[in-house]
Amino acid sequence: MMRHLRPMMRKEFIQMRRDRLTLAIMVAIPVVQLLLFGYAIQTDVRHIPTVVFDDSRTPESRDVVAAFENTGNFAIVARVPSRAAVDDAIAEGVAQAGIVVPHDYPQALVDGRTALVQVIVDAEDPLSSQSALAAAAGVGEVRNLSLLTRIAGRRVLPLEVRVRPRYNPGLRSAVFIVPGLVGVILTLTLVLVTAMAIVRERERGTLEQLIVTPISRTELMIGKITPYVAVGLVQMTTVLFLGRLVFDVPLTGSLVLLYGVTLIFIVASLAFGLFISTLVKTQAQAIQASFFFVLPNILLSGFMFPRAAMPLAARLIGLALPLTYFLKILRGILLKGVGVSALWPEIAALAAFGVLLMTLAVRRFHKTLD
Amino acid sequence: MTAPPVPGAAVTTRGLRRTFGSIVAVADLTLDIGTGEVFGLLGPNGSGKTTTIRMLCGLIEPTAGTAVVAGIDVTRAPDQVRDRIGYMSQRFGLYEDLTVAENLDFYGEVYGLRGAAQAVRSGEVVQFLGLGNRLSQLTGELSGGWKQRVALGCALLHRPAVLFLDEPTAGVDPAARRSFWAAIGDIAAHGTTVIVTTHYMDEAERCGRLGMMSGGHLIALGTPADVARQVGGDHGTLEDAFIRLQERDER
Repeated sequence: MMRHLRPMMRKEFIQMRRDRLTLAIMVAIPVVQLLLFGYAIQTDVRHIPTVVFDDSRTPESRDVVAAFENTGNFAIVARVPSRAAVDDAIAEGVAQAGIVVPHDYPQALVDGRTALVQVIVDAEDPLSSQSALAAAAGVGEVRNLSLLTRIAGRRVLPLEVRVRPRYNPGLRSAVFIVPGLVGVILTLTLVLVTAMAIVRERERGTLEQLIVTPISRTELMIGKITPYVAVGLVQMTTVLFLGRLVFDVPLTGSLVLLYGVTLIFIVASLAFGLFISTLVKTQAQAIQASFFFVLPNILLSGFMFPRAAMPLAARLIGLALPLTYFLKILRGILLKGVGVSALWPEIAALAAFGVLLMTLAVRRFHKTLD
Repeated sequence: MTAPPVPGAAVTTRGLRRTFGSIVAVADLTLDIGTGEVFGLLGPNGSGKTTTIRMLCGLIEPTAGTAVVAGIDVTRAPDQVRDRIGYMSQRFGLYEDLTVAENLDFYGEVYGLRGAAQAVRSGEVVQFLGLGNRLSQLTGELSGGWKQRVALGCALLHRPAVLFLDEPTAGVDPAARRSFWAAIGDIAAHGTTVIVTTHYMDEAERCGRLGMMSGGHLIALGTPADVARQVGGDHGTLEDAFIRLQERDER
């Protein structure tokens, strides 16, 4: 029996339409977040400001410094006159890396001794120093190989490993971030908006008038969330469309499947918001509770940080978050183009979350004032 | 206390009780209210009027006792009574961001009215309460008196057998109060039982019968003149009775 659903839904639509500010924020959030995350967040760190102390000043030393520069990871900002000046530059923050070529570098090469080149990296931020360390090691290996090949008198390398990055060949952050952003934005806005839903009626005094009517708990809850399903779908479409247009994020798989699964995720998020709404007493508490939930979603779901790198406890918490599953589905469909056969465990998990959370919300909500 | 329910009564309570922790809000209320009565619940703040009304509407569960409203035992089947009662809460409970017409439509549909029947009934209520010129106005922009009329309209749409009004005229100017009470008289004349709480003496005088509450107990019951005599002595007025009661409660 859902005969009271229609008036409830219509009322919510009218109220949503009249609350222009909230509506504008919900539409603006996807655009702003997309541009913010898409442009600003680059996990592949390039062009690290670097100072060089070249104590040998020979063609050989210039050659090795150029090899570092050519990786694109090091941008030489200054040449300094001493080893101490390198340390100073890094300490002062002028540079994040320093390359030191010793006086006897060319002589060591000629003598057959191990020639030494030193790379000093400011490892304060592990993420940005990692690519510098990797690039420095790479330069060393490549140069070693070419030197050894020459000494051995061979024309070709004995072994070459060819790496083929699939699904995101350019290793661009945006390709990784934008699909995840769909999930993060939906979680952020929908949980918050519905967390406020019931408690707002309670605060305004309209709930008391509503619960003396014959409307059932289920009708009240479903009627409340339906308009926001539409909002969620609009948000997702915006992110995907702009992601494609601005960041050239691929749309490889089935759109129908994508929208279908997103619908499940939206319902799960809204149900969670409703559940929060039944736990709190004021709108301020609802906001705090939502953020308490949203933060682990961003950190532990694999949106920005790889879950494989997390300790067991963090991975387990991640498993309890609907977003973790949704991200896998989003990236699977958008980037790899895989279908239900590969994603059904995640889809089933999302559906289970939706049913569980909605049941919890309806159970917790009583049509009484105490 | 175990007297059988009066046949045809709109509201019958037997030993109805509600406690909040150690506070007894309503103590063993036994009351019969006949169909078509305008019954006033009178008493100082905290005397248990609102708690009584909320229990009768199924909004809060009684700690003990029974209450039968419009033939339904609300302590057992609170959901079944909702079709048969109308309720106006003490605090304005309509949606201020909806227009008057949208509020009427919403409550009409929630109470199961549809199509032509809804349009006809809505038209009747609008005409009865003179809401015609206000329909497209946002409810939040109305004055207190008009808000109360719209709230009354929403509570009347489904022709409830019993109408509960919890301090319906608090903060409303005297002229609006007078016309509101004229409407209440009309509603009762059509057979709807009206149960109303108030602290205005002139309003209490307009009720057919009064129950005076103090500290959760029903301390006097009868016509306004009876209640004045029971509480205020032979020459007492209702107001004397009320003030005496309030002073006693505050001590």
